Amino acid sequence: MSVLVDASTRVLVLGITGHQGTIHTRGMKAFGTQVVAGTSMRKGVPEVEGVPVFESVQEATTATHPNAACLFVPAPFAKDALYEVVDAGIPLAVIITEHIPFHDMLEMLYYAKGKGTRIIGPNCPGLATPGGAKVGITPNIIFHPGDIGVVSRSGTLTYEIVNSLTENHLGQTTCIGLGGDPVPGTTFIDALELFEKDPATKGIVMVGEIGGVAEEEAAAYIASHVKKPVVAYIAGQSAPPGKRMGHAGAIITRGKGTAESKVQALSRAGVRVARFPYEIPGLVQQALKV
Amino acid sequence: MVKLLEWQGKEIFRNYGIPLPKGAVVRSGNDVEKALGSHVTLPCVIKAQVRVGGRGKGGALRFASTAEEARKATEEILGSTFKEEKVKEVLIEQKLPIDRELYLSLTLDRSRRMPILMGSAEGGVEIESVPDEKIFKIWVHPFTGILDYQKRQAAKLLGLTGDAAKELAGILETLWTIFEGEDAELVEINPLVVSAGHLVALDSKVIIEDDAIFRHPQYDHLQGDLTDLEEKAHEKGIAFVEMGGDVGVIANGAGLTMATLDVLLENGGKPGVFLDLGGTDDPKKVAEAFLLMSEAKPKVVFINIFGGVTRCDTVASGLASEITRNPPKFGIITRIRGNNEREGREILNGIGIGSYPDLAEAVRQVVALEVRP
Repeated sequence: MSVLVDASTRVLVLGITGHQGTIHTRGMKAFGTQVVAGTSMRKGVPEVEGVPVFESVQEATTATHPNAACLFVPAPFAKDALYEVVDAGIPLAVIITEHIPFHDMLEMLYYAKGKGTRIIGPNCPGLATPGGAKVGITPNIIFHPGDIGVVSRSGTLTYEIVNSLTENHLGQTTCIGLGGDPVPGTTFIDALELFEKDPATKGIVMVGEIGGVAEEEAAAYIASHVKKPVVAYIAGQSAPPGKRMGHAGAIITRGKGTAESKVQALSRAGVRVARFPYEIPGLVQQALKV
Repeated sequence: MVKLLEWQGKEIFRNYGIPLPKGAVVRSGNDVEKALGSHVTLPCVIKAQVRVGGRGKGGALRFASTAEEARKATEEILGSTFKEEKVKEVLIEQKLPIDRELYLSLTLDRSRRMPILMGSAEGGVEIESVPDEKIFKIWVHPFTGILDYQKRQAAKLLGLTGDAAKELAGILETLWTIFEGEDAELVEINPLVVSAGHLVALDSKVIIEDDAIFRHPQYDHLQGDLTDLEEKAHEKGIAFVEMGGDVGVIANGAGLTMATLDVLLENGGKPGVFLDLGGTDDPKKVAEAFLLMSEAKPKVVFINIFGGVTRCDTVASGLASEITRNPPKFGIITRIRGNNEREGREILNGIGIGSYPDLAEAVRQVVALEVRP
């Protein structure tokens, strides 16, 4: 078992003829993922990496029936591409693209919600279920099947942590990269809910960062809804207070958003909080024994 | 984020039709008379155009009732430094009679993932000093904008009736249009004053989102003052943070960069410059960052890369050839993890560069080099 993606996932890659699209289509296939179709603005490309290329999502959907989309579309065109995915009825859209304006993302989020498509990202590494499928750009070699669910706002730090879990014989059910943007399509709470319901997941690793209040909200959710053991790491615990979004931004968060407030909130919710990333495997082993 | 100066924000307000006092931007004392003759009436207020707040208390805001006073105040403010920011321009505006000072802003509430309209009947002071219960919050759906009932609600909460309430509805509509149309992170009026029964925006604070600059090239050159190195990093799409220590850190991805900082500080290291490559492990980018870092003249450079796309040996060879071509005057410690990491370490060790798989061990080596006389 796993969450969101498994061996039955059929992926459509938007922007498959671009540099990133092509490299990661190869990577997804090497992971064992069924990449069934691609789309491209370029005309007359019959296939990429053995995957048929279509001019529109609708055509690709009619011919190949994907149930997940992976977007490598440049930021200025990402909104339109997402609308196309939603209107084709594809239930899962993983947006790898970075630098999408948050005003665009707000519209994308509410449009997708209204029509039943879940967004992962943007600016994220995507999803991977070891032994099942990968939708995104995470390195293949770091994963191993197992019973730990990983959810993270970071990219490379997630690879680092998953790698250390694997090295310590702690395999994963699914790894969810939420992305670090101000308006994520899927939040920590959404991911925690999925892992709590997944019978194969025995423990959860949560990787947060300073800034925003997502970790504090996740802590409140864990306290009331999550029975499985959770281990967390917050990157930037030693960083000086960073730049914030003007005065109005500070009013919304009032004293939250710092590493201290996140660590406190999580500890109060019974989460084991690592001071450094390399403490995570040990804390997970401890948590699973209890 | 592109933080606009007051007058730049007010240009936007003027173009969209938010009522403002009459004013003019002045860049030398000689221009004061012309401004007073053509646009502004006495008495007037002279405001330093800086991005930092707290101008009222800090002497960056002066009043004048004669042209001579205005000229003197302008000359004093121009060229002075306010909270480390050099004043290059002043805004001279007519001084209005003020009945009440209100606060209004539109920004993103990341927690609810919705735009939020905030307002207070106690404007004119730094909004952080206003207690929560005196600030109202109205969440706005991105597909509808501020609804009519929400505008009535806001007027009531601000204690506005009659014509002023009607004016507020218009201003709210305009604020929303600016927020969306200009891709703003923040549009703030503090204070929005009631003057002779009418609403006027006395100040402006507008922040444009970096990621949306492709739609608004006119804001591209309005970034605050960057140092040469910051400018170079910005152009190459590398995040650059200066912290004042003597260890230069190059890592890929914000999370990994911050985690590296956590471990470095815990071990007694003093981070100086941080270069975050973003999610990339492209050997060309790594080499570019290394060159940029050399210009910052650190004592030790720590390179911590997790290779996702590129193989570690490719990243290591790129780095090795750069180091061999320009032998640096500072110590280098590396940690490159991922595909083919052993081969990567061998390449670096081969040219005498320390390379460690373990983060804690690598950081201890960095600190050992840092404290060496």
